Amino acid sequence: MRKLLIKGGRVIDPGRGVDRVADVLVTDGVVRGLGSGIDPPEGSAVIDAAGMVVCPGFIDLHCHLREPGFEYKETISTGTLAAARGGFTTVCAMPNTSPAMDTRATVDFVTRTAKEQGSVRVLSIGCVTRGSMGKELAEMGELAEAGVIGFSDDGLPVSDSNLMRQALTYASAHGLPIIDHCEATGLSRDGVVSEGWVANHTGLRSVPRSAEDVMAARDISLAELTGGRLHIAHVSTAGAVRAVRDAKARGLNVTCEATPHHLTLTDRAVLGRHGGAAPGEFDPLTPAAYDTNSKVNPPLRGAEDVDELVRALAEGVVDVIATDHAPHGAVDKLCTFDEAAFGISGLETALGSVTSLVHAGKIGLSSLIERLTVGPARFLIDSSAAVDHRIGTLQDGAPADVTVFDPGAEWVVDPSEFASKGKNTPLDGATLRGRVTATVVGGEVRYAL
Amino acid sequence: MSVETGGGPADGVVSEGSAGVRAAGRRRHVLDLDDFTRDEIAAVIDKTRAMKEVLHRDIKKAPALRGKTIVTMFYEPSTRTRVSFEQAGKVLSADVINVTGGGSSVEKGESLYNTALTIQAMSADVIVIRHPHSGAPHFLASRLGSSIINAGDGSHAHPTQALLDLFTIHSHTGSIEGLRVVIVGDLLHSRVARSNMWGLVRMGARVALCAPPTLIPSDFRDGSLRRPCHPFAGVEVETSIERALEGADVVMALRLQLERQRAGHIPSLREYSRTYGISGSRLKLARPGALVMHPGPMNEGVEIEPDVAHGARSVIEEQVTNGVALRMALLHSLAAQDRFEA
Repeated sequence: MRKLLIKGGRVIDPGRGVDRVADVLVTDGVVRGLGSGIDPPEGSAVIDAAGMVVCPGFIDLHCHLREPGFEYKETISTGTLAAARGGFTTVCAMPNTSPAMDTRATVDFVTRTAKEQGSVRVLSIGCVTRGSMGKELAEMGELAEAGVIGFSDDGLPVSDSNLMRQALTYASAHGLPIIDHCEATGLSRDGVVSEGWVANHTGLRSVPRSAEDVMAARDISLAELTGGRLHIAHVSTAGAVRAVRDAKARGLNVTCEATPHHLTLTDRAVLGRHGGAAPGEFDPLTPAAYDTNSKVNPPLRGAEDVDELVRALAEGVVDVIATDHAPHGAVDKLCTFDEAAFGISGLETALGSVTSLVHAGKIGLSSLIERLTVGPARFLIDSSAAVDHRIGTLQDGAPADVTVFDPGAEWVVDPSEFASKGKNTPLDGATLRGRVTATVVGGEVRYAL
Repeated sequence: MSVETGGGPADGVVSEGSAGVRAAGRRRHVLDLDDFTRDEIAAVIDKTRAMKEVLHRDIKKAPALRGKTIVTMFYEPSTRTRVSFEQAGKVLSADVINVTGGGSSVEKGESLYNTALTIQAMSADVIVIRHPHSGAPHFLASRLGSSIINAGDGSHAHPTQALLDLFTIHSHTGSIEGLRVVIVGDLLHSRVARSNMWGLVRMGARVALCAPPTLIPSDFRDGSLRRPCHPFAGVEVETSIERALEGADVVMALRLQLERQRAGHIPSLREYSRTYGISGSRLKLARPGALVMHPGPMNEGVEIEPDVAHGARSVIEEQVTNGVALRMALLHSLAAQDRFEA
């Protein structure tokens, strides 16, 4: 019997309303109770969690592991190591690999590789359309058999409204959601930053908020029409938040996620961090401006959007914090802003980013943890019978996926220390407060600071 | 005549945010006019006047930049700007090397970064870059040791055009303070307009913008300009050309890219010309003697009528001549060890 004792931490288990100092005992990869003053059983490993928060392992519904096809950006091995460093014990891989995850063979490859080389649990998301080309449905039935937990053409919206209608309807037979990247491409065109002063000052082509609002509204309408399950990826505008709030109030089967970067950064990040400090709104541009590491889709928005998004997170209108971890090779970002790839490497800075919302008093620590654990767990349990229904909690018998973090620890982001191959973060040199100190997956310590 | 660039934060406009554009109190790069102080612009105007005298000599040559290497990298077609930089460098005795997209390794798909590294390895003192992507000059400035001059980047900035426009206005009026300057045209995509706005506002001009609403940035139409902290606070935005021109001291027409019609920004060139074209009769609404400017190349008959473009109030050709002197002044400020003695 392999045993692990996580001792003396503040155990926060939002799914059961637990928030107290306790020890967590793990036996054979399964949680075997909370208690106080548990003596380490013979031969057990001990994590001293005094002063730390101990909570269910974080679950990321949205990340890009890039394998197969883009191994120079990330592999399942490096991506899951990055996940472990970020406190994530389960990650869901987006299907925009090459080949795309539109057939069972590719999903099986990812599942097998993750079992052999992964540091954390990996679940797959299948394509909505063949090759994510937006023309014909992928073989969703077979993908469901392969264990995907939803369908998405992420990076691209399902632009054809009729195809989206069919996808929502077809997927409902399997109880699976369509995860849509809401972008009306006729409005976003070739925009690279959000519309507003930053776009105006930098002369970068801009994307209006309506590009997201319009598509979110369309998708919600189609979810209502079909009764299908809709999950809106990386919500970033106040308008989309209002649409989701309204949909939920009407009892529709709609959920959504927000990323740490959209919850904590504005388009001012495009101006770069000159000498560590972010420049003021109206300051002249410096050579550090046009920071390609801040280029992401949807683009970083304005302060009003961020405020609304954070409010929605606290309310629970935003169900889930998901990273949209999008690692890229240096060459993809060492170019002009227009040429640069969209995406932020986010797994390793996620916790330190969102704890700032707790420090600022905008959300309680327990609620924040809920959006990283129970929120996504509920999504997964609804999606797959293969997912343990105790995931996201520390109840007896739950798989021992546990994250230990120090909510007050300050650290300076240094991408060269990332486990991820993607060093693309706009937070290079930023000081974050909140750091993962240990990650346990199925009772095994996969990361310890 | 001796002028040093600088001026520092005396007028409180340029703060530490511009560090990196300067080294040891001296300007290293010209990326846009947003980090130029009023004093610095005034100094550039003075220095340009001195350079213009050199251009009027029989032997148009000064040794100021002997032994210095200037590389121009033009990733977009250009005649006047590229030739103007080349002539400016040559009059000051610098070695000038021109790199263009066609016929270079750029055509083979070499990245901007790698091309720039190659050029730096040739120890270029100044790199002049024009690029279709906004921020390309900043990309080079943050990674290379050379001084960078922005010769036009995407829709962002064209600071040397704006400085020569300021010089041209100043040479006619003696002062820019208080002048009503109307910029008419595609404000959404115009790098010339953006840089001119920074320069004109800093010099105390009363700026009015005029265009169909589809060609005005949305944040110039949503009340942002009423915020006192906005750098363009007080700039007037007008969709009626008649109201805009009233009392104008300077009328600056912008080139209308012909593809704007296809993208749905305007119904037709005909309607644009009818509604916003600078014609002789419209010009009567401006002050008597108002200057007519255009950064070129012009679409005569679209944004400006030929009789106005070549009329008595037009200073458009003068803008071209002044461009050489202005670029001499900037090259000298960035690359010369010594003060310029005219």
